[in-house]
Amino acid sequence: MKKLITISIFLFFGTAVFAKTIHVDKQQNVKTIQQALLLAVDGDTVLVSAGYYHEQNIVINKSICLIGINHPVLDGDNKYEIISIKADGVVVDGFKIINSGVSSIEDYAGVKVYNSRYAVIRNNILDKTFFGVYIQFGFDCLIENNTINAYNKVEQESGNGIHCWKSDSLRILGNTITGHRDGIYFEFVKNSIIWRNVAEDNLRYGLHFMFSNDDAYICNVFKNNGAGVAVMFSKGLKMIHNYFEENWGDAAFGLLLKEISDGYIENNVFEKNTAGIFMEGASRIHMEKNVFKRNGWAMKIQASCMDVNVHNNNFESNTFDVGTNGNLVLNNFTNNYWDKYEGYDLNKDKLGDVPFRPVSMYAMIIEQNPPAMILFRSLMSTLLDKTEKVLPSLTPENLKDDHPLMKPMVL
Amino acid sequence: MKKIIKYVIIDILRNKIVLAYTAFLLLISISIFNLEDNSAKGLLSLLNIILIIVPLVSLLFPAIYVYNSSEFLELLVSQPLKRKTIWLSLFSGLAASMAFAFFVGAGIPILLFEATPTGFMMLGTGILLSVIFTSLAMLAAVKARDKAKGIGVVILLWLYFSVIFDGLILFLLFQFADYPLEKLMVGATAFNPIDLSRILILLKMDVSALMGYTGAIFKDFFGTQLGLIISFLVLVTWVLIPTWLSLRKFKHKDL
Amino acid sequence: MIIASNVSKQFGKLKALDNVSVNCGKGECIALIGPNGCGKTTFIKSILGMVVCDSGFITFNGKNIKHDWKYRENIGYMPQIGRYPENMTIGQVLDMMKDIRGKKNDKLDEELINKFGLIQILSKRMRTLSGGTRQKVSAALAFLFNPDVLILDEPTAGLDPVSSEMLKEKIIAEKNKGKLVLITSHILSELDDLITQVIYMQDGKLWFHKSIDNLREDTGEEKLSRAIAKVMTQ
Repeated sequence: MKKLITISIFLFFGTAVFAKTIHVDKQQNVKTIQQALLLAVDGDTVLVSAGYYHEQNIVINKSICLIGINHPVLDGDNKYEIISIKADGVVVDGFKIINSGVSSIEDYAGVKVYNSRYAVIRNNILDKTFFGVYIQFGFDCLIENNTINAYNKVEQESGNGIHCWKSDSLRILGNTITGHRDGIYFEFVKNSIIWRNVAEDNLRYGLHFMFSNDDAYICNVFKNNGAGVAVMFSKGLKMIHNYFEENWGDAAFGLLLKEISDGYIENNVFEKNTAGIFMEGASRIHMEKNVFKRNGWAMKIQASCMDVNVHNNNFESNTFDVGTNGNLVLNNFTNNYWDKYEGYDLNKDKLGDVPFRPVSMYAMIIEQNPPAMILFRSLMSTLLDKTEKVLPSLTPENLKDDHPLMKPMVL
Repeated sequence: MKKIIKYVIIDILRNKIVLAYTAFLLLISISIFNLEDNSAKGLLSLLNIILIIVPLVSLLFPAIYVYNSSEFLELLVSQPLKRKTIWLSLFSGLAASMAFAFFVGAGIPILLFEATPTGFMMLGTGILLSVIFTSLAMLAAVKARDKAKGIGVVILLWLYFSVIFDGLILFLLFQFADYPLEKLMVGATAFNPIDLSRILILLKMDVSALMGYTGAIFKDFFGTQLGLIISFLVLVTWVLIPTWLSLRKFKHKDL
Repeated sequence: MIIASNVSKQFGKLKALDNVSVNCGKGECIALIGPNGCGKTTFIKSILGMVVCDSGFITFNGKNIKHDWKYRENIGYMPQIGRYPENMTIGQVLDMMKDIRGKKNDKLDEELINKFGLIQILSKRMRTLSGGTRQKVSAALAFLFNPDVLILDEPTAGLDPVSSEMLKEKIIAEKNKGKLVLITSHILSELDDLITQVIYMQDGKLWFHKSIDNLREDTGEEKLSRAIAKVMTQ
């Protein structure tokens, strides 16, 4: 045992002793980062002073730390991929990375990780890069506290803020991403966590999952994107404590679930979205303690969904609470608070004694005939809704909350 | 003209109905805002009042008033006064009373409890609807000599604008569901001031829902500065045309 | 002063006025006589512009009244049934009319208001008044603004004899001031000492327009009622 400790202490100090630090500064010997990279060996640190660097494509194929002091600017001159990481354990910290190349054939990025482990990309500012941070075949990489801005107008010509492909165990923490196609894009990424990021004003989705299983996104803010979060063809995702706001527009959703299963949606807030959640082909989804406020539709749940459990959520001031497209209902709503509920509670157990049907007649009519929206809230539509309550005909018989809460949950 | 407006308003104020209407609105709107813990639900109830009660009262009261003051009109017509002056004064007095009753009864609570864009839109359209239906009521009253017939016409007008018109629209929407009717619907609203007002309020109240699907088309039109101006011009036209028609009729009416 | 030329008016199928032409001059007191529904009131209302005639025209002091309204400043009208805003008091009605006509107080003729004792009941509401009192108010209003022409539709109907006499005196006094007075009445005996001319209408047509002296000569009857009866039976 003693021997082991001695060896490990030796190893630790050993590396500390042999690793060197290289300064890059326009006033000193090493003037460019490329030069420093040639000098460096695994374990070295390259410190870059503030300044403006046009270094074309910086390829890091040694396990080094590349650290910027006061955000030195790395300019890709709209031609190059700026940093390419091709070794394990590389750290890129504190740079301002701007003007990457744009191409429809190659995915140029501000920082791209090729088939590497333990990369750390931290505290950088990325501006006008095609893709911001791009991880392909990454493992256990950390992307933290980066600010990634682009100013795109058209989806076809823009890349994603953080693009991850075929990776495992990533951590994406505290980044701010605006103006890209997707804020964060996951394809074949598993066991990863997305925590405390802000995705705002992106053209398509704030966060996009494709074929990515067993990930979690927690405490993120998705505001005013084409749609907040799209989760497609994935399973085992945990979606907790996120904030979906003002995702407005035709086919705009706070959260879009398509062909997914075994998801957890808890403690999220959906506010002022055209549709808070849109579900299609979703199964075994657990929804709890979410707040739906002032959305056009709090939830649109298509008849292709099954085993979606919705309980203990608050539905307040939504134009429509639930919309659906058919009569088949294999989902379960219980113990939610609905502000439109008009029932009573005689036995004082804080649960309403008569069921609440969250799908209104007029929501069904609009589903079938969208222009009928023009008559919404007219005396005509109110009369139809009231008749439907007495004699249900169009709304699905089984879509109901048998025990709605009388008072909203404190969330 | 001012003098006659003054006498009309004094006379309307002596008539307790307008005061009762004001008190009724005030009572309802204050209780709505106080009882509902959720202001969105309060606004919804208020919307129904604006779209149903306001047109009904603004049709019935002015029509009955015109019939009941036929003697007053006769007296005025035998005096050295232009008929135009008399009729416009009567209209101004009635419209001002109805609008003022709405302002006091519903507007002040709105300003106190719900000074939001939705609230302001409700206030504006409510006042305009009061004036529009006063002018329609006067048209009906000048066209139909018989009081019972006139009141019947007025009630039919109300039914038409609040239910029948919408029923026809809904029928058309389903009959021609395969055609793109959205643009046509935007045009159709111009023919019903209640619908137009409702959509203007909806654009403030249910903006999230209207952003989706075809709602976006309505938003694209009514939501813009230009659309808003056009909508208000259309509403003003709804005041002007019936007033002009009724005036033309009154000028040649035998008393 | 008032000239009607070929005035016609139709209410539905009923011809209320059929090609009526009349010339009424200053200083005359003209009785409009005829059976019920003969078009007297319609004729008066046409002069006042309350009824718009279908064809023909009426001039007042040489001006067509069709698009004019100012000429009514010179007319005092006492309707058959005085109808006023029910909620107003007599005082308010008087004040309102003064306000609308915009005449100064010193030019007003308040003789009838005083004589009829309306001063004492100024605060009574119109709806509480008896028919006679309403007539008094109507008469007082007709004379109040000192107009050049007085049009009185059944002026004495419903008035008590004393007030009736007062009104007659007033009419004579005004006629003597050179004003034109048009009266309709069924009580012909009352008109005897008032009128200078007679217009007789029937079925919307003007049968004759004669001075009272001519009428007497033609019929040989002294009393107007007799003379008219004779005409009607002819």
